[in-house]
Amino acid sequence: MLEFVTFSLLNSLVYGMLLFLLSSGLTLIFSMMGVLNFAHASFYMIGAYVAYQVSTWVGFWPALLIAPGIVGIIGALVERYGLRKVHQYGQLAELLFTFGLAFIIEELVIMIWGRVGVDYKIPSSLEFTLFDLFDTSFPAYKAFMLVISVSIFLVLYYVLVRTRVGLIIQAALSHPEMVGALGHDVPKMFMLVFGGGSALAGVAGVIGGNALITEPAMAAQLGTIVFVVIVVGGMGSLTGALVASLLISFLQTFAIGFDYSLYDLVNAMDTWPFLSEAAGPWNDLLHVKVAQTGPVLPYLLLVLVLVVRPKGLMGVRET
Amino acid sequence: MLKIQNLHTFYGNSHILQGVDLFIKKGEIVSLLGRNGVGRSTLCKSIMGLVRATGSIYYNGTEIIGLPSHQIAHQGIGYVPEDRSIFPGLTVLQNLELGMKNVKKTGRWGLDDMFRLFPQLEERKNLQGELLSGGEQQMLAMCRTLMGNPDLMMIDEPTEGLAPRLVQEIGDFLQEIAGHGISTLLVEQKLSITLNISQRLYIMGHGKIVFEGTPQNLEDYPRIRQEWLEV
Repeated sequence: MLEFVTFSLLNSLVYGMLLFLLSSGLTLIFSMMGVLNFAHASFYMIGAYVAYQVSTWVGFWPALLIAPGIVGIIGALVERYGLRKVHQYGQLAELLFTFGLAFIIEELVIMIWGRVGVDYKIPSSLEFTLFDLFDTSFPAYKAFMLVISVSIFLVLYYVLVRTRVGLIIQAALSHPEMVGALGHDVPKMFMLVFGGGSALAGVAGVIGGNALITEPAMAAQLGTIVFVVIVVGGMGSLTGALVASLLISFLQTFAIGFDYSLYDLVNAMDTWPFLSEAAGPWNDLLHVKVAQTGPVLPYLLLVLVLVVRPKGLMGVRET
Repeated sequence: MLKIQNLHTFYGNSHILQGVDLFIKKGEIVSLLGRNGVGRSTLCKSIMGLVRATGSIYYNGTEIIGLPSHQIAHQGIGYVPEDRSIFPGLTVLQNLELGMKNVKKTGRWGLDDMFRLFPQLEERKNLQGELLSGGEQQMLAMCRTLMGNPDLMMIDEPTEGLAPRLVQEIGDFLQEIAGHGISTLLVEQKLSITLNISQRLYIMGHGKIVFEGTPQNLEDYPRIRQEWLEV
């Protein structure tokens, strides 16, 4: 049991911080610009593919720097020459623009690298066991993922809270018009945030693409979960995105490890024998294992948060 | 200093400003009066570039219509909106610092001046802006704009919902900044403050200027007051 709890905690921490890397940029873009960026997870995919390509030429370490830079530039160009032009036609047009962009990126990735996943490997210098506990080993690469994502969180937090650019971004989250009226170039700030957010998604792609899988469906797999994270955490709240990322990760990771159903619980407690004799769909429901509910738990949490606290756990305005 | 000619603004199909003409001279306090919904706030937003408008807005001889709001602010126009737009989550000090357009270049006004004008702000400088009272938020919003070193301040309904003592304080503040050569366009409902401190008045009705004159002119024509200001 201790082994299960320890490793589930570690794994959920790694996955949670990866989710945070993706959702932190999205939550800033969403609350500052009002843009629900459906293509955000596509930038995560571009990060993984570019990192794979660059690593085949010059190795993983340069790719760790080059790929997020390229993704950030692509993101900034998308904002400057795409979204900014579409903005005048309203939020629906922006939504459709990012929706279309996600499809275009996916098709481009298929055209360049094919439908089958690429062989993006963990660097050999990090391919060893960091420690063994009980009968399970913890790989060094997962620890590396954790170090990178925690470092980025700390840097991001410092920039937002301690620097003038961060203060302007924070102010623009609530009153962008006022920030402009005070003489700050809000469109430039939007481009910076969009590019920076895309670069963060790119980092997640670089370090997550080889640990998970680099394939054209990877954006769609993480994309929906990332939207759940920003709604649960609260729009515009970096701390909220962190808490929600970890919460959702813990929920999913622990659920997968629980091979029990309600039926087992009822039997063990022996309190409601009539339940264990229930027939039909009720019986099927009783036999659903907790592990099977793992994928749906984030969405249950989303519905719960929207009903009970529409601002999200740490948000300052309604979703 | 500011000259507006034939200004038109639309919200969708609604024609809000229907050919407004207005001017402000250097150091003048000019009040803009009128009932709710006649377009006074829209006029401020149009000048500030926050809504799209057609016509002409000359500021110090430069056409500013169509410029983005941050460039208009850099020309020397400051704006204090009706809702004050205090940045939540930021302290009073951080709100004030964001008013500065350039941290490396010091303007006519510094933090010490703001704290001298409104000592309450210094006492609460580390408090989050949204926790201030309505009056204190108004002071903060005006000081934040002043930190940007404007030559013209547009202030939308600064005394709304404030106690008479605070209204007097805000009146004193406006006169003090006018003494430094700053022009003011004051959007107000309260005649008491506008008649006391303004050099000239405009009254708006149905998206147009329907009266222009001095406070004395307005007192001489009670019919104008009845028709365009009284409820």
